Amino acid sequence: MAAKTRRYSARDVTVLVAGLGVAIVVNVGLVWGPTLASVGLSATDWNGIGPIEWIGARNYEDLAGTYPPFWSAVRNNVLWLGFLGLVATPFGLFCAVLLDRRLRMSRVYQSALYMPVVLSLAVVGFIAQLVFSSDYGVLNAVSGLHVDWLGDRAVNIWVVMVAAGWRHVGYVMIIYLAGLKAVDPALKEAAAIDGANERQAFFRVVFPTLRPVNVIVLVITVIEALRAFDIVYAINKGRNGLELLSVLVTENIVGEASRIGFGSAIAVILLVISLGFIVTYLSQLFRGEEER
Amino acid sequence: MTAVPAARMRPLRVLLHVFLALVALGWLLPLALAVYASLRPYDETARLGYFSLPEELTLGYYGEAWSQAELPRYYLNTLIIVIPALVVTLLMASFTAFAIARLRIPGRRTLLIVFTAGNLLPPQVLITPLYTLYTMVPLPAWLSDSQSLYDSYLGLILVHVAFQFGFCVFVMANFMRTIPEEINEAALVDGASVWKRYWRLTMPLCRPVLAALATLQFTWMYNDFLWALVLMSSGDKLPVTSALNNLRGQFFTDYNLLAAGSVLVALPTLIVFQLLHKHFVAGLTLGATKG
Repeated sequence: MAAKTRRYSARDVTVLVAGLGVAIVVNVGLVWGPTLASVGLSATDWNGIGPIEWIGARNYEDLAGTYPPFWSAVRNNVLWLGFLGLVATPFGLFCAVLLDRRLRMSRVYQSALYMPVVLSLAVVGFIAQLVFSSDYGVLNAVSGLHVDWLGDRAVNIWVVMVAAGWRHVGYVMIIYLAGLKAVDPALKEAAAIDGANERQAFFRVVFPTLRPVNVIVLVITVIEALRAFDIVYAINKGRNGLELLSVLVTENIVGEASRIGFGSAIAVILLVISLGFIVTYLSQLFRGEEER
Repeated sequence: MTAVPAARMRPLRVLLHVFLALVALGWLLPLALAVYASLRPYDETARLGYFSLPEELTLGYYGEAWSQAELPRYYLNTLIIVIPALVVTLLMASFTAFAIARLRIPGRRTLLIVFTAGNLLPPQVLITPLYTLYTMVPLPAWLSDSQSLYDSYLGLILVHVAFQFGFCVFVMANFMRTIPEEINEAALVDGASVWKRYWRLTMPLCRPVLAALATLQFTWMYNDFLWALVLMSSGDKLPVTSALNNLRGQFFTDYNLLAAGSVLVALPTLIVFQLLHKHFVAGLTLGATKG
């Protein structure tokens, strides 16, 4: 930045204050304000209408102790994260590495892979029904099995994760592909001259340079896993084996129950987990900017 | 790769193509299945299953989905919500990004961090108080039938703006930093106002990033499901993604009809994606590779 600073005219100041003011008011009023309010409400038993009564940590105790869906939701969220992080993300990276070779038809393969990224998860949820439904689904018809893929509590979460992974792979693939294109080709050549085979060259030379991309993909993966909602909601409203923290929050406010305090407590748990990752990500992102 | 002789490369290349073609096919298959199901009558698939050869193909379900689910009205709802939300988000975010990236205002780093972090929060974290707030904010009847922000187009527009704003600021601020400072200096010498430097000097240079963000944001806002579910109640104002539920019967659901509806709902984003392919990918990676 140039050191030359001009004094702003009165009109400039007005424009700045108005422009930034609106942005800050909207952001605080509709994003950060409600987030903080969630924290406050989580210590109350408010039902949205009556008086607000302070009950301390009781919502959290109830959550952990007497609310059965909570632990299945935690388990499902962890599974979801594990599946995206350990299966879908590496597969996306693998596809990106393969597609980085200037193949003929590369564009076609790429398009196919990230086509699901533009689909609404509500539509993805419906397509999952066509494939996995027990009586008319294609999977049972082809395999001759009679599994109730979406209804059976033991398997349905896996099926839904595959559907979510279908979308996630393409997303990760594009981001890695862009990252790989930015890697200096001289690096790879140097590694090849030094006698590294392709796998060694990738893991020892190329992959370490992808560190910023890796952090971004990690955050996207975590955030997607915590945000997961639409797809299970489209299938069975997130019940019977498909519980997720995000669904429980929604259930507790839009249902007849309207347990605002209780729903907020679940939201706060989501908040704490996501903030951990958001802070890590942002500190990585802004670390190099101190001197700017 | 160039170091490997061509002869050794060939069988590997074939294998690579076979693998990628299979993956691509596997990725397209579910979508193809939905299209296929939408073209066949229900009693035929009920008899033979979805995995069977067609005896009869029909476009009838598209007409039915179009009229029975009142899709035109829901497309219109989506446009009423998405277009203003998109324009306001981009205007607000570009000005904020301009102030953060090009002017020396105090606390700009903090602002950028707060805005970016806001976009990364899961929506459910703020949805409960937001829902309550929406029911309490009064609106005049001409703006909202419910006379509150809850269940109004304006409410959904606002929430999209507030939530997507952080991402756009982040991407645009990164982009604006790459614009050479000399342009600004020349304008300063001429005594250009802040507004002029933003609107006349910086914005025209931001066309590529604006196009990328517009494409991406359109897809995201169009595909939204959660905000509408929680912040709306009357069926006739819902965006098109939520309207799919209208095709589900209470006791019996015709999946072929639902398939046609799904294809119609997916169509706009697929078209945008095909036409603005380059911008779409640029948008996804702009936010991601500038780390």
